[in-house]
Amino acid sequence: MTAAGDSPATPVVELRSISKRFGDVLANEGVNLSLWGGEVHGVLGENGAGKTTLMRILYGLSIPDGGEIYVDGDLAHFASPKDAIGAGIGMVTQHFALVRPMTVTENIILGRTGGAILDLDRAKDLVEEAADRYGLHVEPDRRLSDLSVGEQQRVEILKALYRECRVLILDEPTAVLTPQEIRALFATLDRLRASGMAIVFISHKLPEVMELTDRVTVLRHGKVVHTVETDEVDAAGLASWMVGRPAAPPEPRTHSEPGATALEVSDLSAVGGLDLPALSDVNFEVAAGEILGVAGVSGNGQTELAEVLSGMRKPTAGSIIADGTQIAGKGPKQVIAAGVGRIPEDRHEALVGDMSVANNLILEHLDEAGKRLILDRDRIRANALDLIERFSIKAGPDDLVKTLSGGNIQKVLLARVLVREPRVIVVSQPTRGLDIGATAYVRNELLAMRRQGAAIVLMSEDLDELLELSDRLIVLYDGRIAGRVDAAEADRDQLGLLMAGHTEVA
Amino acid sequence: MVKWRRGATTAGLILLGTFVITAPFIMLAGANPFAAYGEFLVSPLTSRYSGLEVLVSSIPLILTGVSVALAFRAGYWNIGAEGQLLMGAVAGAGVGMLVSDQSRFLVLPIVILAGAAAGALWALVPALLRVKMGIDEVVTTLLLNPVALLIVTALLSGPWADPETGFPESERIAESAQFPILVPRSRLHLGFLVGLAIAGLVWFVLSRTVAGLQVRAVGSGPKAARFAGISVGRTLLTVALASGAIAGIAGASEVSGIQYRLTGGLSAGFGYTGIVVATLGALAMPTVVLAALLLADLNVGAGSAGRVLGVPSQLGDVIQATVLLVTVGVLAYRRYHHKVLKSEVEEAPGEGAVPEVEEVDTS
Repeated sequence: MTAAGDSPATPVVELRSISKRFGDVLANEGVNLSLWGGEVHGVLGENGAGKTTLMRILYGLSIPDGGEIYVDGDLAHFASPKDAIGAGIGMVTQHFALVRPMTVTENIILGRTGGAILDLDRAKDLVEEAADRYGLHVEPDRRLSDLSVGEQQRVEILKALYRECRVLILDEPTAVLTPQEIRALFATLDRLRASGMAIVFISHKLPEVMELTDRVTVLRHGKVVHTVETDEVDAAGLASWMVGRPAAPPEPRTHSEPGATALEVSDLSAVGGLDLPALSDVNFEVAAGEILGVAGVSGNGQTELAEVLSGMRKPTAGSIIADGTQIAGKGPKQVIAAGVGRIPEDRHEALVGDMSVANNLILEHLDEAGKRLILDRDRIRANALDLIERFSIKAGPDDLVKTLSGGNIQKVLLARVLVREPRVIVVSQPTRGLDIGATAYVRNELLAMRRQGAAIVLMSEDLDELLELSDRLIVLYDGRIAGRVDAAEADRDQLGLLMAGHTEVA
Repeated sequence: MVKWRRGATTAGLILLGTFVITAPFIMLAGANPFAAYGEFLVSPLTSRYSGLEVLVSSIPLILTGVSVALAFRAGYWNIGAEGQLLMGAVAGAGVGMLVSDQSRFLVLPIVILAGAAAGALWALVPALLRVKMGIDEVVTTLLLNPVALLIVTALLSGPWADPETGFPESERIAESAQFPILVPRSRLHLGFLVGLAIAGLVWFVLSRTVAGLQVRAVGSGPKAARFAGISVGRTLLTVALASGAIAGIAGASEVSGIQYRLTGGLSAGFGYTGIVVATLGALAMPTVVLAALLLADLNVGAGSAGRVLGVPSQLGDVIQATVLLVTVGVLAYRRYHHKVLKSEVEEAPGEGAVPEVEEVDTS
């Protein structure tokens, strides 16, 4: 919905039948997109649907093979981002282009210093004005390296405002933010929209798109499936356009009978990065056939808990008994041998990007990779082909892992772990950065392991995911268990309070 | 197939780039660049003697190149091949002076093993410091190089100085400790076969064994390797010692194959040139051997080009340095090019269609 009343007659920017080809791949084909002042326009699509390519074209980073770009109704050519910026287009990417040792103000004027004298005052004024007008609070003199991710994102938006942009492209801006930061961002975007800016919001998170946008364009395989007013669709409809079929609902969680205790953690303490206490006296048990969710605001000990349970960090005290074996203080090798499957929050820490899929798939069990000491290459290959088939990984055995998409990388990791049918699974952020299809796949695999009697500890910053998958939840705050909740009776407000450090109110 | 073609293109680009950059210097020195390159690269291969000399001077380069490449593949930045080579030479010479007329079949393996042990020993302390305390091996291995040279000098000015002449050279080693000559009327000695055998062995271990897979995993993803239960510290320690041992053999081979005694000028910076060789060979053993042969060709050519064309023989060093810079540049450009291409395609449909990426997985 454009701002009523003063809606202009022409869109600020219009893309007409844009096409872009990379080798054999059509990244964009005949894409039309019009952006009006005063609207938030959602661009939805799975990974690989062509969203980022389209935005790179709009920002002058890629030259389209066909099609035209109109700015205020006039034909324009963007040979580089400089042209796009000149036409009033600003972009905030997922990876910020900021100089960490410099201050906020210095970062904002960087690349637009115009002349020998730095106009730091004007930049400072802008920062203060933007804080008032748009709720973009950042202190102008702080160094970038001292800022949180959310604050850095605000600096990127300020940069675009300083360059007087009229169109602001945000590429998956919420992927890196906490719920509170997301609220603040949405408030800012509301105010920017009210001031007449056109905002492009790229995402694959449906609830956010439903909440924020006025119109939405869905891309699939490089083509526009539909452009609609957000009011006229629901999330399920958008999802089916994205994936090209009705999105498979996750399998309903059957209330399985929890079996015997498979993982027992008692009085566990550990220190974190700077030798500061990260976990204090953590106690919990997980039964076979049960998923225990670990909730908490990032930085409250989840990472350390996952590392300790995975054998990557030595606890300072306490015991961890996995399937009858004491693994506290043991290294990864013994932890694997004890039947613990581990899926860490950073996939790239578990797989060697420069190695083939086949080699990565056997990396945890090298004793089975050879006859005597010589690699059994046939066996490694057969194993890879088998797992690629069973876990529908879109890759060949010899492909380097780093060339795979995030979803396929996660599948390689899942395949390596789950094929061993571990009795205990420690999994962190299993669907972070994955698209809808891959997310559903990963969740269903975890539920399948639960049905088969695995005890699963699930760390996630996605509260919906925790509530959907877990049987029970514990909430970590400042390295301690702040509360224990049955997932079926969990109430978001109560969880929110526990996550914020309010101790349990019975 | 594609890989070979790409390799050939890369090599062609490197040679062309080097030629274009160095031609003006050759002209400044008063020679025709084409003639000079003919002299540098082609003429050494046109006579039997100089052709065999190319092989002779490739021996230390093959060994140090393999030593450095092995370490680099594991992500262990051993800059200390020069010192390890010198200690290997000391040990080889020590054994050679100790023995008398025992059988060669008994003595030569001992010489080689002594060189290997001394090189490994010289590599041990930096490796332990790195693995146990996280101290950067680039600095420690590098700083031990002049220490090794000082030990050689100290030995040659004192206890091992030639008793008759007093020159800073050791006594001649026993005949049984001298490497046999492979081709009559040449200096080509057993070290060449030792070098090729070690290159082949390292290639086999890296690409065909479980241990080699571990080394490659540690080299390309130390965190992921540790996560998968591979002992990163033990792997690095083993590789560091093996790398030192190979460099040590290079030293023993120079003593037993060329000098027949310990001398101060035994190594013309072979340990450092090994870094050039390893880089030029993209850390893969077959190409490392080729790179060693190329630089050996250039060394021999530089010597004769000086005489024939009247250009300073240091032009050979200029060309060698330029080859390295151009190689590093071309490899970096290719990697950058792939990265850019890949990031463009990343979001495109059909993820399988990502362009082929530089791979050194076959070692």
